Amino acid sequence: MPSIEIVVNERRHVLEAAPETPLLWVLRDSLGLTGTKYGCGKGLCGACTVHLEGIAVRSCQTPLGSVGVRRVTTIEGLSRDRSHPVQRAWIAEQVPQCGYCQSGQIMQAVSLLKQYPRPSREQIDAVMSGNICRCGTYQRIRRAIQRAAGQIV
Amino acid sequence: MVCSAKLDRRDFLKGVGTGGLALTLGFYLPCGSVSGPASARTLQPNAWIRITADNLITVLTEIPELGQGSRTVATMMLAEELEAEWSAIHVEQAPVDPKIYKNLSAGGSGGTATCWDSLRVVGAQARELLLSAAAQRWEVSSKECQARLGTVIHGPSGRRFTYGQLVETAATLPPPDAAAIPLKAPADFRLIGKSVARVDGPAKVDGTAIFGIDVRVPGMLFAVIARCPHFGGRLESCEVAAARKVHGVHAVFTVPAIGLMRGLGVNINTAGGVAVVADSSWSAIKGREALRISWDKGPGGDESSETLRRELKRAAEAPPAFVAVDRGDPLTEPGGAVRTIEAFYELPFQAHATLEPMNTTVHVRSDGIEIWSPTQIGAELQREIALLAGVPEERVKVHMMLCGGSFGRRYQWDYAAEAWQVARQVRRPVQLLWTREDDMQRDFYRQYSCHGLSGAVDQRGNLLSWRHRIVSTPIRSTFDTPEKLRDPKRVASQELSGADVLAYPVARFHVDYSPVQSALPRAWWRSVAQSFNAFAIECFVDELAHALGRDPLKFRLALLEEDREVPSVRANDDPPLQTRRFRQVLQLAAKKAGWGTSLPAGEGRGIACCYSFGSYIAYVAEVAVEKKTGMVRVRRVVAAVDCGTAVNPDGVKAMTEGGLNFALTPVLSGEITVRDAAVEQSNFDTYQVLRMNQAPDVEVHLVPGDSAPGGMGETGVPPLAPAIANAVFAATGKRIRRLPIDPTLLAFKESA
Repeated sequence: MPSIEIVVNERRHVLEAAPETPLLWVLRDSLGLTGTKYGCGKGLCGACTVHLEGIAVRSCQTPLGSVGVRRVTTIEGLSRDRSHPVQRAWIAEQVPQCGYCQSGQIMQAVSLLKQYPRPSREQIDAVMSGNICRCGTYQRIRRAIQRAAGQIV
Repeated sequence: MVCSAKLDRRDFLKGVGTGGLALTLGFYLPCGSVSGPASARTLQPNAWIRITADNLITVLTEIPELGQGSRTVATMMLAEELEAEWSAIHVEQAPVDPKIYKNLSAGGSGGTATCWDSLRVVGAQARELLLSAAAQRWEVSSKECQARLGTVIHGPSGRRFTYGQLVETAATLPPPDAAAIPLKAPADFRLIGKSVARVDGPAKVDGTAIFGIDVRVPGMLFAVIARCPHFGGRLESCEVAAARKVHGVHAVFTVPAIGLMRGLGVNINTAGGVAVVADSSWSAIKGREALRISWDKGPGGDESSETLRRELKRAAEAPPAFVAVDRGDPLTEPGGAVRTIEAFYELPFQAHATLEPMNTTVHVRSDGIEIWSPTQIGAELQREIALLAGVPEERVKVHMMLCGGSFGRRYQWDYAAEAWQVARQVRRPVQLLWTREDDMQRDFYRQYSCHGLSGAVDQRGNLLSWRHRIVSTPIRSTFDTPEKLRDPKRVASQELSGADVLAYPVARFHVDYSPVQSALPRAWWRSVAQSFNAFAIECFVDELAHALGRDPLKFRLALLEEDREVPSVRANDDPPLQTRRFRQVLQLAAKKAGWGTSLPAGEGRGIACCYSFGSYIAYVAEVAVEKKTGMVRVRRVVAAVDCGTAVNPDGVKAMTEGGLNFALTPVLSGEITVRDAAVEQSNFDTYQVLRMNQAPDVEVHLVPGDSAPGGMGETGVPPLAPAIANAVFAATGKRIRRLPIDPTLLAFKESA
């Protein structure tokens, strides 16, 4: 089993794992970072969304061996104290119900706002439609993204 | 889904302890002195509250948190009477100790209603104790003292104690008689009725919330089970050598199916199969992929959606198995010419598809069994695993974890039973994971149903007759023994809600039922029978209105014009339906939606309403139907809700938004189909659930009220589908009588 080095939330880890192991399971089972969720295993639901160099990827579709030197950020590494504007907006709009999808939603929204700092409704819908919420918090997610973008105060 | 019994006010006990021992020991202790270091001194006035000397108040809430907001609402009700400062309260899940806690389950949308009295009494009892303590310290009458925001104030002198300062004194006093404490009048509420941020919100935006699947125990292993895809099928053969060679795999073994639980007299329906235990979830999954298994399809192996559909239609035309309602006489003098219409509606199986798939972690030790489960039935789970394992209940410790959605799925304990089956073989903590495919293909599905309706109206809009034939794959046959299923009333008991009590007055009212058997297990799916009966009823009312050329809103309001109460027909059911409150939600939704104003061609507005779980709701939906493709786009939904007292109004709105979004999946795309007694869908590519680009604009308006709260967890679901179908009719002139909507039926075809 090869040793693979990755940097997650600014910490370096050396892992003994097959390079094809999905990053999702490395985060959850090896590193104990359970904020990143399993939902479908096929890149269909977005619950496992993390950042590679600040860009949203589905960790269930990201083999460990493909990460290389790119820095991984998970929900646990987004801020130390829930102070990220997107996390604050999520609380302000009271988005979570069961909350299971919200780590992925938040990581996707942060990535969206990097790409489109003042997103239109269509841009929000287009980017966020890869993230499923079975509780149905979509309307609040839209508002929270607009709030984080300064479009609602 | 029956809720636990309401707490008896006389059940209160009182005690004192320190730290973590407070709960288990303190509860049974008579009053005594506080022990331990000063900083850890804790008053436990009852089993729901702990107050420390440094003014931290811990509230233990019983009802599991599935996303419905019960932790927040329960804490609000208690804190209202405790007069605690909201920001000083810390909330914890109460331990699964059914001797103390009687509400360790969620179901039937009953959380708020069940605890409405009991939790306010719990808070009031603690408040009275603190008032007495302050009065004793000041040597004044407690009538001169007032509790507010975590302090007791002596009115005449202005002196104050914080609750923390009263801990030691309060511990020496006898418990106040809970039955003698008056509860606040609604006008005096400070917290109830104000929107409060959810107590579980912060941990759900930073990844620290621990769901069942997130449980990590030292030395734990991970497991998956290969199950027969055909319901009722069996394992024929399995080659395990390759799986055992997969890196990280510890063990591969078979687990038997569990059918009838003799002690409970119910079937729990686990499939059995081949378990693969490994040092990570991924290794377990890879190990399972390496199994070479052949399955026998079993006796029901030729079942398909087509065979079921044929059976349902056949049963709809045959004499019924059970007549639920048959009353009234035809009006002898109808007001004008009579119109009679018929319609047939069909709704397929649905999956719960909670985003957190089923999972449970179990550690079987020589001294007992420890279980960490995302469950909505903590006490039942403890009892049932104890029965299965043949150990006393006290030796089964259950941790109810946060649930990543439930919608009724976690009312079953099949996945916990399987986890126990695996854990007893390995003697280390094991987390059994269901992959998405496992979860979708081994659900307890929403019933497949069809509905034959016929009705007659006169020109004045009187309902002369209403006949509703329900045919479904009943829930009860999934769980009950053949002896119990000989009673057709029992078979029908979970299939009639919303259909056998009609808000609209009918001269001649008849509802009957016939079951159709299926290999697929069925169980409670958010709003249960209301989810299909409301569709048939509210679509058919719309059809009757149009048959008379009446506006569907005015037609409904005219039928509901007289103030009436319509009683429930089943025990444990909701309070009587009030037509006045029904009118109010219809009128409010219509007004806010601009009912009657014009829309562009190809767009339409539909209305529907439902009374369920003690709450009233009306929706007006606006849809646009693309001419060429027939694709339906739901643009906007306006909701009006009357749930009596809205304890946390923003929570009521959130449940409504969530309910209607949940209900859009079966309307637009969701359908579980069957082939060879197996489910054809396996993941979110084939079972397509609502995504953000399909989510309409939503407005929720609440009717103010101060009656006891109704349920809201499921109320948002039932009237959404008929509101959409009625809107599609308004847009296209075409009726939707089968869900999900088939756009090809709505596509505009060029006439030759």
